[in-house]
Amino acid sequence: MFEGLSGRFGDIFDRLKRRGALSEGDVDAALREVRVALLEADVALPVVKEFIERVRTRSVGADVLKSVTPGQMVVKIVHDELVDMLGPEDATIDLSTSPPAAILMVGLQGSGKTTTSAKIANRLKTRERKKVLLAGLDVARPAAQEQLKLLGDQVGIPCLQPVIGEQPIGIARRAMETGRREGYDVVVLDTAGRLAIDETLMAEVAAVRDVVSPSETLLVADALSGQDAVNTAGTFNERVGITGIVLTRVDGDSRGGAALSMRSVTGCPIKLMGVGEKIDDLENFQATRVAGRILGMGDVVGLVERAQETVDQAEAEKVAKRALKGQFTLDDLGAQLAQVRKMGDLNGILGMLPGVGKMKKQMAAANVDDRMIAHQHAIIQSMTPAERRNPKLLNAKRRKRIAAGSGTTVQEVNRLLKQYQQMSGMMKKMGKLGKKGMAALGGLGGPGGPGGGLPPGMLPPTR
Amino acid sequence: MNTEPEENGKRRGWFQRLRDGLSRTSSNLTRGIGDLFTKRKLDAEALDDLQDLLITADMGVETSAKLTQALGAERFDQEVSGDEVRSHLAKQIAAILEPVAVPLTPDPARKPHVILVCGVNGSGKTTTIGKLTRQFGDNGLKVMLAAGDTFRAAAVEQLKIWGERAGVPVIARATGADAAGLAYDAFEDARAAGSDVLMIDTAGRLQNRSELMDELKKIVRVLKKLDPEAPHSCLLVLDATVGQNAHSQVEVFKEMVDVTGLVVTKLDGSAKGGVIVALAERFGLPVHAVGVGEQAEDLRPFDATDFARSLMGLADD
Repeated sequence: MFEGLSGRFGDIFDRLKRRGALSEGDVDAALREVRVALLEADVALPVVKEFIERVRTRSVGADVLKSVTPGQMVVKIVHDELVDMLGPEDATIDLSTSPPAAILMVGLQGSGKTTTSAKIANRLKTRERKKVLLAGLDVARPAAQEQLKLLGDQVGIPCLQPVIGEQPIGIARRAMETGRREGYDVVVLDTAGRLAIDETLMAEVAAVRDVVSPSETLLVADALSGQDAVNTAGTFNERVGITGIVLTRVDGDSRGGAALSMRSVTGCPIKLMGVGEKIDDLENFQATRVAGRILGMGDVVGLVERAQETVDQAEAEKVAKRALKGQFTLDDLGAQLAQVRKMGDLNGILGMLPGVGKMKKQMAAANVDDRMIAHQHAIIQSMTPAERRNPKLLNAKRRKRIAAGSGTTVQEVNRLLKQYQQMSGMMKKMGKLGKKGMAALGGLGGPGGPGGGLPPGMLPPTR
Repeated sequence: MNTEPEENGKRRGWFQRLRDGLSRTSSNLTRGIGDLFTKRKLDAEALDDLQDLLITADMGVETSAKLTQALGAERFDQEVSGDEVRSHLAKQIAAILEPVAVPLTPDPARKPHVILVCGVNGSGKTTTIGKLTRQFGDNGLKVMLAAGDTFRAAAVEQLKIWGERAGVPVIARATGADAAGLAYDAFEDARAAGSDVLMIDTAGRLQNRSELMDELKKIVRVLKKLDPEAPHSCLLVLDATVGQNAHSQVEVFKEMVDVTGLVVTKLDGSAKGGVIVALAERFGLPVHAVGVGEQAEDLRPFDATDFARSLMGLADD
């Protein structure tokens, strides 16, 4: 339902001719769209307003770089400003105190504190060779302490033995004593989820803080959060005094605007982000990546990373070169389909691409899904090498054979062939346009038309 | 939560709880509306500002625009007061929500009525099941639970504790076991035991993780082997703090496992859950219950008018 910011801008700026500098009118029109895009991405309203003002000041009169349109220029300024506001990226966990250093984990119910506690403990243990103790202070949720202990067991990190009936402050005190006595470097304290407006529980966590004097108090916050993130983060910061934010569920498909809200209202850096369910799915915060997502420009960095992990680079480059020369064969198409399948779920990949909103709809309409790619791959695999090199060989009889061999229908075979023709035609054209044409492919969706296959250009990584 | 000092007095009514929760920030909203419309003409600028305010309640750009436009169409260029605006919007919102305020009532003809509970991580699935268990039990229904979250550490234990509290059997296997197999066995057990309701917990999953969504589909597929109509209800548990991603959650879960209704949790916080309004417009799925606190009775049937009025910060009448 969301369209990327670049897509929104397209309409406004298509009408504008290139100019020397951005006028106030250009900027105003663009910023209206930026505003809506940010709100749809769950950035809190006050933060949006402040952000827009900053961008306005920076944009009006800014020189439009030679190679870009005014719209792209505004997007660039917005993006840069967003990265600035989201940063810094290199915030580390501060353990500079006489050991044991306490890390206090706080947040709403269900934000992911317990899992994140174990992830951080594991990270400190493996990366910084710290001796870490976990302590579960959540006596409210049934089995919360067991959960922490089980997670600790998985990675060989000890967890303070729970004592039935012991209250959070008592547990915290005992955890720090144990930490001192047994020579731990770090004690990670996992607290119960609480609402920012619950005075009693907020007082409790403040009391825990006073007992342990943490070197870090980390607010664990869900990247799926809405407008209220700004209130939550603000209140936690006022009442408990946080030193950093851990953003969880960044592997979801939310736009993650809450990150900007919280960063801006607390002034605390986002230190880490949770990107999956496994214990080592915890990464350093990457402002560029999150900025791209908020703007709906896609998680291009993530996509490139994923592609680099799975795509055979040499092969991809070979295909790209041949494609540009107009020698794109069915073999190449098959290889690309195989690589797309290796990268995982199509929707997941598409979610990472810029301006995909529109395209997703088109693809749904054209019934492009993972299964279809599997089918197409099977069709190509059912051809003989000679047929793949020279599709002209494919007469009706051969097509029938291929359909039977791949468990599809002749119609599907025909559709694939037509798609292949369109693609190779498009690529020939692009080859003529040269490099510029390749860049234009970033726009996707448009000229491929409905039913157009996967844009092949998405695969060859640029590096 | 077994000790909550505030709780020792008379138990507050659900509306009061909801209002207390919502009022903390709907007060921002209503104060905002009050500020906007003390002697102000309802012009384009005022409507824009109003739309902004609704967006801060997570209603989304589209729904907020629609609501303000409707108001503008009726009262454009007239002097309006904050109260008028509030009650007008509350009425509009209540009208949108009325059709979806449908409580969850297990079909007594089915033994058991199978309820599959799904949602993203941390939305409150297990807690919701725990609360529903108590309520069904209080209504004299025989309940059985299936601990289908075989992924998260100690999720099985968490559900078992809820089961013990309510004195109902919990079918469980070790963490890492196949959830679909467990669901199948639990269905058979519940039939044999003559249970009225079987609630199946599932692991939290982000809707864009297709391999996890396939697992969920498998649970449904396996249940259908025993009864083609099972699961008879499929609840999606949504966290009220969630923003516009709720759209994607409902869309994908609905497509994958044919969600029949929503439960909205954590409405006692400062999050306003305005996204429910947008969801009601777009999907029309019943909202069976809302969670307004940690006690079992804090899971309440959803009342459209109460919710709309609380959202707009209007007093009970």
